[in-house]
Amino acid sequence: MTRKNGRARAVAFGKGLYLALILLFLYLPIFTLMVLSFNEGKTMSKWTGFSLKWYEEMFSSRTIMDALGNTLTIAFWAAAIATVVGLLACIGMNAMKDRSRLVLMGINNIPLLNADIVTGISIMMTFIVCGISLNYGTVLFSHITFCIPYVILSVMPKFKQLESHTYEAALDLGASPVYAFFKVVLPDIMPGVLSGFLLSFTMSVDDFVITHFTRGAGINTLSTLIYSQVKVGIRPTLYALSTVIFVLVLVILIVVNILSNRKETEEL
Amino acid sequence: MTKKLFSGPFLAFILCGTIVPMCVIAFYGLTDRSGAFTLENILAIATRNHAQALGLSLGLALISTAICLLLAFPLGLILKDSKLGKKGFMVFVFILPMWMNFLLRTMAWQVLLERNGIINIALKALGLPLLDIINTPAAVVLGMVYDYLPFMVLPIYNALIKIDKSLIEAAYDLGADRALVLRKVLIPLSVPGIVSGITMVFVPSLTTFAISTMLGGGKVNLIGNIIEQEFTVSSNWNLGAGLSLVMMVFIIISMALIEKFDREGEGNMI
Amino acid sequence: MKNLKKITALLLAMVLAVGLMAGCGGGDGKGGAADDKGKVYVYCFGDYFDPELEYEFEEATGYDVVIDYFDTNEELYPVIKNNTAQYDVICASDYMIAKLIDGGLLGEINYDNVPNAANITENVKPFFDEFDPGMKYSLPHTWGTYGIMYNKAMVDAAEIDSWKDLWDEKYKEQIVMPDSLREMYMIAGKILGYSMNTTSEKEVKEMTELLLKQKPLVYKLANDSARELMIGESAALAVITSGEVLYSQELNENIGFVIPEEGTEVWTDCWALTANAANKEGGEAWINFMLDGDVAEDNFEYLTYAIPNIHVDDVTEEPVLNPSAEVLAKCETLKNLGAEADDMYSKYWKEYKSE
Repeated sequence: MTRKNGRARAVAFGKGLYLALILLFLYLPIFTLMVLSFNEGKTMSKWTGFSLKWYEEMFSSRTIMDALGNTLTIAFWAAAIATVVGLLACIGMNAMKDRSRLVLMGINNIPLLNADIVTGISIMMTFIVCGISLNYGTVLFSHITFCIPYVILSVMPKFKQLESHTYEAALDLGASPVYAFFKVVLPDIMPGVLSGFLLSFTMSVDDFVITHFTRGAGINTLSTLIYSQVKVGIRPTLYALSTVIFVLVLVILIVVNILSNRKETEEL
Repeated sequence: MTKKLFSGPFLAFILCGTIVPMCVIAFYGLTDRSGAFTLENILAIATRNHAQALGLSLGLALISTAICLLLAFPLGLILKDSKLGKKGFMVFVFILPMWMNFLLRTMAWQVLLERNGIINIALKALGLPLLDIINTPAAVVLGMVYDYLPFMVLPIYNALIKIDKSLIEAAYDLGADRALVLRKVLIPLSVPGIVSGITMVFVPSLTTFAISTMLGGGKVNLIGNIIEQEFTVSSNWNLGAGLSLVMMVFIIISMALIEKFDREGEGNMI
Repeated sequence: MKNLKKITALLLAMVLAVGLMAGCGGGDGKGGAADDKGKVYVYCFGDYFDPELEYEFEEATGYDVVIDYFDTNEELYPVIKNNTAQYDVICASDYMIAKLIDGGLLGEINYDNVPNAANITENVKPFFDEFDPGMKYSLPHTWGTYGIMYNKAMVDAAEIDSWKDLWDEKYKEQIVMPDSLREMYMIAGKILGYSMNTTSEKEVKEMTELLLKQKPLVYKLANDSARELMIGESAALAVITSGEVLYSQELNENIGFVIPEEGTEVWTDCWALTANAANKEGGEAWINFMLDGDVAEDNFEYLTYAIPNIHVDDVTEEPVLNPSAEVLAKCETLKNLGAEADDMYSKYWKEYKSE
């Protein structure tokens, strides 16, 4: 009995150790950046005292704030437009014959499977060949392009689960197609639409490669800004930026978790 | 009938954002600077420098995919059985870093691994030998594993929790030991997750240029770096496009291989 | 249903964040420029002027300024040539200015709009004969030389006096070299006694072989970030421009700098207008602003590069920034070599990088 207990304990300990080691691997870099962001000195090798000056510098740096603004607005518009286009596409494709739908879904997969670098380069070359100088619009266009597939992949399955009878019943009861769509169909597919939007938003925020190739004069997102700054030499403002982003993401996700948990218990 | 028209905007985006660009890249890849047809840009992959870079990229991508798989599978198993509080929370903890910009995470390793960086300061204080891997392929692999590990964990975990508990219990009841259950039940049933994890790690590792630039110190030249340089420095678009086409072929081949394996795996299962 | 709510909440949070951002951004834009005269697009090496000056420029001239950065001259060229992004004013090194002039990619400067050109010191004017005679297209921002930066605590300073010292096995994994084609061939050329502007394939090949021999000794190929590695003592030797020396010495007193006995490259980084600048006057206003005495002084304080402006006296007091005539006599400037030679160099450079 004791031997068995001992073994179980050893296994549990091993599992715990494994989890702890992976957690250390995942979080050590992030926490290092967080600690360094409060270091007064410029170099990372010496701790010279606590200071908030890098945060001040970060919030007053126009380059960083502009890049943050670009990142969020591009992500928002790309996700919003991709969601609308993707949703319309799903409606249209459902009215098509099976074969043409399959072909379209196949083409839809190309940007997903393709390497970012190829997507970025090909879009950039197309713009230049057409004589279009790269700018904010070209970045937005390429982000919409790579976001649409995510929306379609999230929405399409919801359409398949849809009870077509309810929509038809609504029409029979005198609802206009538009009214019936908004009142009957949309609520059912909403989870898919929302997750498509969110997925697009995250993908857009996280993208570096495609933006790197399609960005124009003065259009930096956080990713491209970080890349160019690391080449010049890492400044502690980037540590401050990492900390802010991490804390922000953490807070948003935790709040969402708590909210949804509370709702759940209320419903019970 | 008119409903089909709703896909109009989508078709327009597909056409302008995917099909036309693919044609443009194929055109550039198959012509020389004067616009005449040539296979030179494609065959350029066989020249020493390019082949070396492609070989290195394939090697590093394979190594980091393998490491990710070896780290993620046990993690998925432990998380699946974990009784630590809420399972959802534990998974969340392991996925969270994915939400942070990958360039910042890569930069963090540059700070940590630098010769006089945090890790070495700590090792020195403890009297341990120093870790001298920054600006080498090892650092690039480390960066790839760190950046892409969550992409491996998530699909594997999702596949594992879908496995019916009664199936595992049945196997134990029939006298199978842990190893056998792992080999005959858990691994075969999580193949779809493993496959999508492998694709999600392998393709970005094969084509990256940011990680090698940031952690390779300019000394680790991957195929992604060569292609990027053709566009941003040498401005030889034809060569860059040609090499991109070759890389696409490699991606398609590896996907086909993985898919084949996937199907075989499923076949075994049935 | 649970997921739906989760997602809605997350969505709301994001929309809120974006809204806030847009609000802040809009406010900043309005506050920046008193009377809006349009935007000036500047393309410049990373971290190459005091960032505060951005605001001062806007206040002084009424233009909005948009700044973008690049790492090496070679990265700048395709952007300007293919017009991938439109800039009004750029900063580039001498040989790149010549290449851009050759390609008809620069616009002539109207000196009536740049009265501060009178502030330029005499000593840099002869440099322009090599790449832009008569300074028609470009005006100097900084100038300097390349040399070896060393850490006195890690190497014996007396031993470092030649480019050949970078090939010494005992400094294995201690050396930072520039990640820049022309500078690397300049170094190899100086050792072998070839011109840094050679177009002989045989010589380039020989230089590549020499560089490849040294590659195992190199800790990192880096340009601007080299100084951080020296300050942090991750490397003992670095090939770096004279302008980085005073800055680095401020943060690490062990740092020294030497111009090797074989001679080196003397360079001038210049402001210039692009040929298709949408806002030529704005670009000229930017150049004029950068040549202003007080602004040049600020830039010197921030950069510690030699700024050729008669109002910046401190420059003349720093020996690092003022090599003697004897040293300068052994120096060369990089020249534009033409497309064919550029292709040849790229080919060998790629070989060096991939090996």
